[in-house]
Amino acid sequence: MGLMDKHAVIEKNATLLLVGSLLVVTIGGIVEIAPLFYLDNTIEKVEGMRPYSPLELAGRNIYVREGCYLCHSQMIRPFRDEVERYGHYSLAAESMYDHPFQWGSKRTGPDLARVGDRYSNGWHVQHLVYPRSVVPESIMPSYAFLKEMPIEVKDFSTHLIANSRVGVPYSDDMIASANADLMAQADPNIDTSGLEARYPKAKLGDFDGNPQQVSEMDALVAYLQMLGTLVDFKNYDEAAGYR
Amino acid sequence: MTYNFMRAFADTWGLLAMALFFVGCITFALRPGSRTRADEAAQIPLKDD
Amino acid sequence: MKFGTEIVLLSLFAFAALVAAGFGVDEPFRQHMWVLFFAVAGFTAILLRNTEFKPAVPIDPAAFMDGPIRYGAVATVFWGVVGMLVGVVIALQLAYPDLSVEPWFNFGRLRPLHTSGVVFAFGGNALLCTSLYVVQRTCRARLFGGNLAWFVFWGYQLFIVMAATGYLLGITESREYAEPEWYVDLWLTMVWVAYLVLFLGTILKRREPHIYVANWFYLSFIVTIAMLHVINNLSMPVSFVGSKSYSAFSGVQDALTQWWYGHNAVGFFLTAGFLGMMYYFVPKQANRPVYSYRLSIIHFWALIFLYIWAGPHHLHYTALPDWAQTLGMAFSIMLWMPSWGGMINGLMTLSGAWDKLRTDPIIRMMVMAIAFYGMSTFEGPMMSIKAVNSLSHYTDWTIGHVHSGALGWVGMISFGAIYFMVPKLWNRERLYSLRLVNWHFWLATLGIVVYAAVMWVSGVMQGLMWREYDEQGFLVFSFAETVAAMHLYYIMRAIGGAMYLSGALIMAWNVTMTILGYQREEKPMPRPIAAVRPARSGARKWA
Repeated sequence: MGLMDKHAVIEKNATLLLVGSLLVVTIGGIVEIAPLFYLDNTIEKVEGMRPYSPLELAGRNIYVREGCYLCHSQMIRPFRDEVERYGHYSLAAESMYDHPFQWGSKRTGPDLARVGDRYSNGWHVQHLVYPRSVVPESIMPSYAFLKEMPIEVKDFSTHLIANSRVGVPYSDDMIASANADLMAQADPNIDTSGLEARYPKAKLGDFDGNPQQVSEMDALVAYLQMLGTLVDFKNYDEAAGYR
Repeated sequence: MTYNFMRAFADTWGLLAMALFFVGCITFALRPGSRTRADEAAQIPLKDD
Repeated sequence: MKFGTEIVLLSLFAFAALVAAGFGVDEPFRQHMWVLFFAVAGFTAILLRNTEFKPAVPIDPAAFMDGPIRYGAVATVFWGVVGMLVGVVIALQLAYPDLSVEPWFNFGRLRPLHTSGVVFAFGGNALLCTSLYVVQRTCRARLFGGNLAWFVFWGYQLFIVMAATGYLLGITESREYAEPEWYVDLWLTMVWVAYLVLFLGTILKRREPHIYVANWFYLSFIVTIAMLHVINNLSMPVSFVGSKSYSAFSGVQDALTQWWYGHNAVGFFLTAGFLGMMYYFVPKQANRPVYSYRLSIIHFWALIFLYIWAGPHHLHYTALPDWAQTLGMAFSIMLWMPSWGGMINGLMTLSGAWDKLRTDPIIRMMVMAIAFYGMSTFEGPMMSIKAVNSLSHYTDWTIGHVHSGALGWVGMISFGAIYFMVPKLWNRERLYSLRLVNWHFWLATLGIVVYAAVMWVSGVMQGLMWREYDEQGFLVFSFAETVAAMHLYYIMRAIGGAMYLSGALIMAWNVTMTILGYQREEKPMPRPIAAVRPARSGARKWA
């Protein structure tokens, strides 16, 4: 059988057709994606990155749940206008603990990669409760219900364990004190030295203005307030970071 | 198997191999002997259902 | 006993859902399991009411199995209307944000409902029923595996219901077009493997030497989606009775995996599958073989080979390494060639029968679909060029592009296939009304044109406003000002979408009446010239 007749075999043999097309798509995928999974070994370690504190992680889960990523990106591209508008362009290492990533694909609202520390807690709460009361042009939906919802913590350590199973370096200490850390971060009247040692630069305080309970609003604002604040760009070496 | 090796492979030999495969597909489909077979197959939907 | 095993298995399934609802560790999971319980228990009750103890009627092994296809056609129309309706609602929410009703009907929860609704519920059912229709007829074989087709159909509907209710409850992985959580993903994997077995089994028992090219496209769509779905949804559940899971990958790797999936969902779900549709239904409706069968083979291999590489163009100028971005761009541009090859192949199938465009609104719909395929596969590679992408990314331009492909190509070719299949599936002489098809055609076409044009203008404007500097070197617009500038466009976009939706409603009416067996009394569509031209002999009267 000549080489040129081989295609006729494929045309008539379903299994071969199946294997052939699967092969084509798999190879394409492997060649392109596999290198990225070796990136871990060579990625520059950026100083300041740490896993999310329990309250931040809970807030991030609310961010995911409400579909915030559908209108807000967390990925600043290296263009003059974006850097001026939102801050230093995003580094790969800054999303290294993000399971899943939240880069987004659409900016119906502004980028949030470095929204932390830009506004006060009170502003965030007011904005989430009724966005148009602080930004008249906003088309964001209202999230007032977050203030009423107490955060559901049966056993938050399970969330840290799940994360550590996919590679986030949560220590045993962090896992053991997950529930306590979650509550402590939103309670101004409690000793937080352990929390601060485990999660440097964590934002502390009663975020939603209601000291009676730790609400989903507390968690979401705690997350928003830490976004982009971990890396100190005064010490960042631009040239070494390129790949 | 380092990242640098694999990325270099992906945008050189990997790319070349896939491009050659692509050219091969076109040659196969357009080879002289395929016309009758193709015409036969093209009639399949038009037979009675 | 008819349905004996099914009833037992479903009862157990319902019981398991009830247990999960009791032991769930988070509130959304418990609510979701109640939904599952009621869905499965309701279905079991329906089966119980329809069970019989008479001996089963023997099945003619040579006859086509069209039951699941009939259901699939109805489901396609139903989910199409639902998905498009949600689309119009969220379009209006962007124009009038107070239409968002927290927490269940906020934009962020409804938007995945719209995308999954049209892509997986409408598009998925269209692919499911047409693929089973086409594979039986081009293989001249009954579907493989007895009631397997019914499992695939109902299993897929359950997936849709679970995915949709999950979004409203806030259960999401946040991976665009793959949002359902781990347990719904597992269920879809089972259904999908059954679908593959069903489809491949039917091909293997065919009584036709060749495997017709439409089946290639369908097969590659099924198998690639299986691979993409499994890899992209790898995640670590927090609890086996909880809704939350964390993606197996993080950051850059997660982003590339997701957009490798995301772009190939477009490439294999919304393109390859629907090309399978084109390669069967266009020749069928035009009653002539495809223009070049060999071109269709090139189309196939080139498409599946190039598409799989194109994903990184969703991540231009991000933290994804440069080489991967460039590679993605190169392959996206190359993709333009096979796409246009396929478009030419589809259009030229009509060569020698262009007259049908005037007389047959269904052909007109299919041709418009192919034209939109050509347009959006030209726009796509253009937008994947990094320089263009730097402007278009994050703006409404992308949304416009997606809709010219989804409404124009996917929607129109599916409508054409439905209009072709429905009279045949229910043994009707013709559709209830061809005039209504014509109405549908024009409403849909105008709707798309309005939608795409508006989004193109607003997207480019948005992109330019974000990067506009004044002579002192300051940014001219605050972000809020660029949002305010979109208002008028968002209203017009909703109008375009509403036009498209009204076309779909007309289709629903037309299909329902056809199924019920009515024929509308109407002025017939213009007939082919050949039929009205009197027979002439010799003299050329026009010369």
